[in-house]
Parts: sequence; structure tokens; C-alpha cells
Amino acid sequence: MGPRLKLFIPLILFVVLALFLLRGLELDPREMPSALIDRPLPEFTLPSLGSDTLVNRDAVIGEVALFNVWATWCVSCRVEHPYLNQLTQQGVPIYGVNYKDEDQDALRWLQELGNPYRLNIVDADGSLGLDLGVYGAPETYLVDAGGVIRYRHVGVVDERVWRDILQPIYQELLEERAP
Amino acid sequence: MIPEIGHYALINALCLAVILAVLPAWGAWRRNTTAMSLAPGLAVGQLVFVAISFACLAAAFLQDDFTVKVVASNSNSLLPPMYKFSALWGNHEGSLLLWALILCFWTTAVALLSPQLPMQVLSRVLSVMGGIAVGFLSFSLFTSNPFERLLPGSPVDGSDLNPLLQDPGLIIHPPLLYMGYVGFSVAFAFAIAALLGGRLDASWARWSRPWTNVAWAFLTLGIMLGSWWAYYELGWGGWWFWDPVENASFMPWLAGTALIHSLAATEKRGLFKSWTVLLAIFAFSLSLLGTFLVRSGVLTSVHAFATDPARGMFILLFLAIVVGGSLILYALRAPAVSSRVSFAWVSRESLLLFNNVVFLVATLTVLFGTLFPLFMDALGQGKYSVGPPYFNAVFVPLMALLAPFMGLGPVSRWKGDTVARWKGELGISAAVAVVCGLTLPLLGADYNLWVALAALLAAWLVLGLVRDAWYRVRGASSLGSGLRRLTPSYCGMLLAHLGFAACVLGVVATSQYNVERDLKMSPGDSETLAGYTFEFVELAPVRGPNFVADEARFRVTKDNELIATLAPQKRRYLASGSVMTEAAIDAGLFRDLFVAMGEPIGSDGAWAIRLHYKPMVRWMWLGAILMGFGGFATALDKRYRRQRRTATASAQGVLHGA
Repeated sequence: MGPRLKLFIPLILFVVLALFLLRGLELDPREMPSALIDRPLPEFTLPSLGSDTLVNRDAVIGEVALFNVWATWCVSCRVEHPYLNQLTQQGVPIYGVNYKDEDQDALRWLQELGNPYRLNIVDADGSLGLDLGVYGAPETYLVDAGGVIRYRHVGVVDERVWRDILQPIYQELLEERAP
Repeated sequence: MIPEIGHYALINALCLAVILAVLPAWGAWRRNTTAMSLAPGLAVGQLVFVAISFACLAAAFLQDDFTVKVVASNSNSLLPPMYKFSALWGNHEGSLLLWALILCFWTTAVALLSPQLPMQVLSRVLSVMGGIAVGFLSFSLFTSNPFERLLPGSPVDGSDLNPLLQDPGLIIHPPLLYMGYVGFSVAFAFAIAALLGGRLDASWARWSRPWTNVAWAFLTLGIMLGSWWAYYELGWGGWWFWDPVENASFMPWLAGTALIHSLAATEKRGLFKSWTVLLAIFAFSLSLLGTFLVRSGVLTSVHAFATDPARGMFILLFLAIVVGGSLILYALRAPAVSSRVSFAWVSRESLLLFNNVVFLVATLTVLFGTLFPLFMDALGQGKYSVGPPYFNAVFVPLMALLAPFMGLGPVSRWKGDTVARWKGELGISAAVAVVCGLTLPLLGADYNLWVALAALLAAWLVLGLVRDAWYRVRGASSLGSGLRRLTPSYCGMLLAHLGFAACVLGVVATSQYNVERDLKMSPGDSETLAGYTFEFVELAPVRGPNFVADEARFRVTKDNELIATLAPQKRRYLASGSVMTEAAIDAGLFRDLFVAMGEPIGSDGAWAIRLHYKPMVRWMWLGAILMGFGGFATALDKRYRRQRRTATASAQGVLHGA
């Protein structure tokens, strides 16, 4: 390769990078694989955090509820945690999926920050997460009384997200069930 | 009315920027002195208009003009005035205006502070910066107009600034960070001007060096403030998360660190010319890439601004023009033949080269880790997130590898040195450093090998520097006159390298010796942690300007002596309803005591409380401050001014000859 040609290497690398960035603009990192919306919550049998019992899918469905995927290593989970506590106080059922985490750390976290969860499914190796299509915590799934996933929110749930996105669907699902 | 004035001023600024980008560059090409001499005036005019625009937006924030969209969504009438002001840059549109303002500020600074720069070079530099301003001003005006009105239907009150951003640290963090980011545009402009003019010589390096060092210093301080803010504001005692947005600021810093060292070799020895130009392009490109990542929504992050694909497309296009264009220019114009200047393997040049390799590898690994989720997603391989384990695993060994050579750098000689001389110079330092490494960890809670390694490397750096400085000072009649003998650039290097040593020690000691405990505590309880007794005295409700809070009051004692009273808060902000943890910290040179409140437990007034003992955590930020001041100090060196004059004289000679 001639000495002049070598100087084109940075340009070539940049073009490759720019193509990736261009593709990145079309992709939404928060987008849900559409396959899972309106599909049943996957089957699982996993331990429950803080007790020796196993829980399965039947134990957690039957009611419109939020499934919150969280972990102690997740920075954003800490941000959303106080708001989940508030939601629980408002009577919204929340189940936790403790994703790829250490039990001890998770228990300490709940003791320190409060426990908004009905119960926590221990997904230590991420198998449930894989079925759900989780790629990073926090994620929150809205599951209807029949155990069907109706909405997936990627990222922090806060006042605004709840009010603008989740609550309307939640109310709708509650009313759907009432008659 | 005021927002419309601001909007109008911004349009005017864009017009001036277009003229600045075209006219002086044309003048430099056609050797038209009239066109070239317009450049400084255009730069000043551009600054004036952007400043008017900025002032108008600030007025809208301070006067609670909720008919302006950004004010309505980011401010609130209850917000204290200083946060109303800083809310200006707590959002995408406003921060972009701040970016443009700082760019115009740097452009004007270059225009006014370089009277000795040859006219052609100055015109080209200012034109390049004008071109960048065109990009950012049109980005602001066409996709993110900060003066957009909400009419009719403007809200009665605003929806408040994110409580996380209501903090003094966040008032100065973004401006400092942008001073750094945008400051690299000066180095970039000088590099492009040199490529355009075809004169890549030592004088080019000498002109751009003080600017680059100052920008780097600002960036260092900006990153340090961000880390410090995360530490006390996010409420769990962490100080670096390898979040994509943090990485976006860290990558230009790493590339900038390589650049300032490479510029030294280019200025002093005329070496690595093409390489230095490439680094200057690279550092500024990473600043732009950071802007793209933060504002386009291609990556998820806690800090990311509200995103919009149109904005992403705009910045990507701008990125492609600026970076692609400059790399094409580089490929066509950079000297392809390596310089005839030679150096031995054992020399300061090779050590600087090693520095460059380490920092470039560090930049690329951070870049790769940050973009990995995007690569995999784009290739259809699924969604990934890359966390701290990857970054720590690659970054820590790189820095550990850097430190031994960094100790040799300042004492080594240009061109050629001998290992025997190094042994003579640094043998004693090395021995003392080993002793320090072996003994200093004994002062800690328990003996820790990582701390021993950090102490060894830090002592090696510090002792080598102190010894070198002492040899330079000792021949003088008095200590004062000896110290005066040290040039500002030498002192700057000294400060920055000492700062790096402090940083290494602080990071390792606090990571290894950190003690934290999460407890259920009621008023009256006490708990002992690392010899300090934390007594929970009482719980009290307090009211702030725009929040209500529960405040836990703690007395901290050691050996029955009062050390501090700490009052962490759990705040509830009235406008948004968000709940925030406000940690209380007793800071010290050798340890921080940190108390944060979790959630109330039960109804008897018990709370989950987090207690931290963080030894030497301040050293990390003090180290960064030293590095920053070091960067500023180098720019004070008289030789830049003096040699600029001689450079001008010779350049004028060339012009007259031509």
C-alpha cells in the first residue's frame, strides 16, 4: 500500500461508523419486538426472592398487574424505585423480576429502599428475561388479567410515563375486566 | 416580544456565520486582504448576536414566560432564580444555544488574542470555526428552536426542572464541559487551516497548543464536576457509571490527552505531524459524536435528552460533512512521508508515542463499548447493554500500564537517552516507591494488594517529579528564584502529572476501602462504622422553596468527640411530585462520611438509612482539579507569545518574498 493510500484508512473507518450510525437512527433501542405484544406471558418456574418456594406463571396472573424487570446493578432502577413505591401505595399490583442479580444484594436493596413488589421472581440466569426479550433493566410490562402482555415500557417509569402512557392502558384493562 | 428578539438575533448570527465561513476562506485562497481582514469583526458580531439571543432566552426563563415552550416544560414559578437560569441549559434546545454561545466565544477569543498570527492562517481558522457555527446555529433554528411559543393554550405554570438538575453543581457543569468540548474545535480549526495551507510545521503546533491545553483543562474540570455531582446528588455514593453520556464526554478527553502530548512532540521536535493533525480531527469528531449520541436517541441512557429522529439525522449529516470532509482533506493533504527527524528507542519521543498508543487504545475501547449495543442491533444480533465490568476490565490495566512509563517521561531526554541514566536519575525514587507501596496500605483498614499497587505507582510518579523539579531549582541562590526558573509549561506538566497520581490513589483507595451499610434506624438509634458513631437524633419535616422534605438529623462522633452533624433529606418536589434523596456528606481530605435516607419502614418513624465511609474519595476530584489547573498553567507560558512574534516575522518574510 502506498503511503498516500494509508492516509485514507481513517476516512474508510469513519464511513463504516457513519453507516452504522445511520442504521442506528432507524432502529429504536427502546422498541419492543412486536411478536410479544398481545402474546401470553411466557411459562416459567422460578424461585421467589426471600423464600424457598418456587413460583410459576399461574401464581402471578389473574389480575391486571405490572411486571417490573430490575436489578441492583441497574442505575436507572434506583431512579424509578421511589415511584414504584408510590404506585404500590395507590394500589397498583407490581411483580418484580429480579434480573441477573445476587439474592443478597436484592434483599438488601428492598430493605433499604422499600419493597413495592407483591413478590419477586428470581431470574438469576436471565432465562425468563430471554423469553420476555429483555435487553436491559429497567423494563416494565403491563399484563392483563388473562396473563397476556399488553404493553412494554423500556426505561424508567416515573410520574410522567405513568400518567401519559401506562395509566390509560391500565384503566382500560381494568374496565375491560369489570363487565 | 423578548423571545422574538432572541429568535431574530439567532437568525442574524446564522447569517454572519455563513459569511464568516465563506468570505475569509475565499480571501485566504485568493490572497484578498480585504476579505481576510473582515474575519475578526464577523466573529465578534456573531458572538454579539448569539449573546443577545441567549440573554433573551435567559430573560424568558427568569420572567416565567410560560408561553415559551422550553420554559413551560423545564421551569416553574416556584423554582429558585438561580435554577431558573440554569434550567436554560437543562434541556436540548437551551443547551444547544449554550453550545453555540461558547463556540462563538472561542471564535472571538481566537480572533482577538492572536494578533501575531499570519493573516492567512487566522482567516482560515476563523472560517472553519464559522462553518461549525453554521452547522450548530442552523441545527438550533431548523430543528430545535428554543424560542418556540405555546400559543394559544400556554400553561399557567411550568412543569418544573428535573429535580436531579436542581443543584449548584449542575449550574456550572454543562458550561465547563461545553467549554472543553467546543474548545477542541479550535485545535480542529488550526489543523484544518494547516492542511488547507499545506504548512504543517512546528509553528502550527505552537499556535494550537495553548488553545488545546486550555480546552482540555476545561473538559477535565467539567467531567470532574459531573462525577462529583453524581456522587452527592444521585444519593448512592457512586461516582462513575460508564453511562453512554459519561462516555461521550470521556472519549474526547482521552483523545485530547493524547493530542496535547503529541502536540508537544510536534512542537519541540517536528515529529508525528500527520498523526497530530489526525488526533486533532479525532478529538473534535468525538465531541460531535458525543452530541449525536446524546441527542439522537440511538443509545439509551439516564441522561439522554428528549430525542427526535429529525434531529439525529441533522447531526449525523453535519457529522458526516465535518468529519468526512476533514478526513478527505487529511488523506489528500497530510504529509505522507514520515519526517526525516529521527529518534532513538530510548527517548522522550518514544515515551510520548507510548502515551499516544495507550490513550488511543483507551479511547477506542470506550468507543467500542459505547457503540457495541448499536452495532449488534444494526447487524440484527439482538439488543445488548455493555456495563461497567467491560470498561473496568479494559481501562484499569491500561492505566496501570501507563503509569510506570509516565514516571519516566518528564526526566527523559529528547532524541536519545540511556537506560543507565534513567537508573541513575530514578533508582532511588523507584526504591522509595516500592517502600511506599509496601507500607502505605498498612494505614488502611487491612492490607490490600490493589492499594499497594496504586501507592507504588503514585509514589513512583510523585517522587520522580519532585526529584526532577528539585534538580531544576536547587542551583539557584534562593528557593524563590529557583522556583521562578521553572517555566509555566513545566509547572503545568508537574501539576497535571501530580493530579493524575492523586486520582489513581483516590480511585483505588475509595473503591477498595469503601465501607457501606444499609440499616433500619429509628430516632435514638446509633451505629458505628469504621470507628465513627452515627447517632440518629431526630426526624423533622422541613420545607424548601419548591419542595417538602423529611430530614433525618445525625450526630457523628469519634472517641466521644463531635465530628459532624449531618442532615440528609428525602424531598418531594411540589410541581412534579418526584421524590429525591438528598445525601448529607461530611467531606474530609482522608475520608468522606455519607448518610442517605432510603424509605420509611413501618409506622414507628423508622427509616432505611445508608451509611458510607469513603476514604480518600476527594483525592480523585482534587487530582482532576490539579490536572485542570495544570492545563491552564501551560497556556501562560511566555514562549507562546514570544515565539508567535518571531513566527509572524518569518511568515511576513515569506509573504513579502512571494
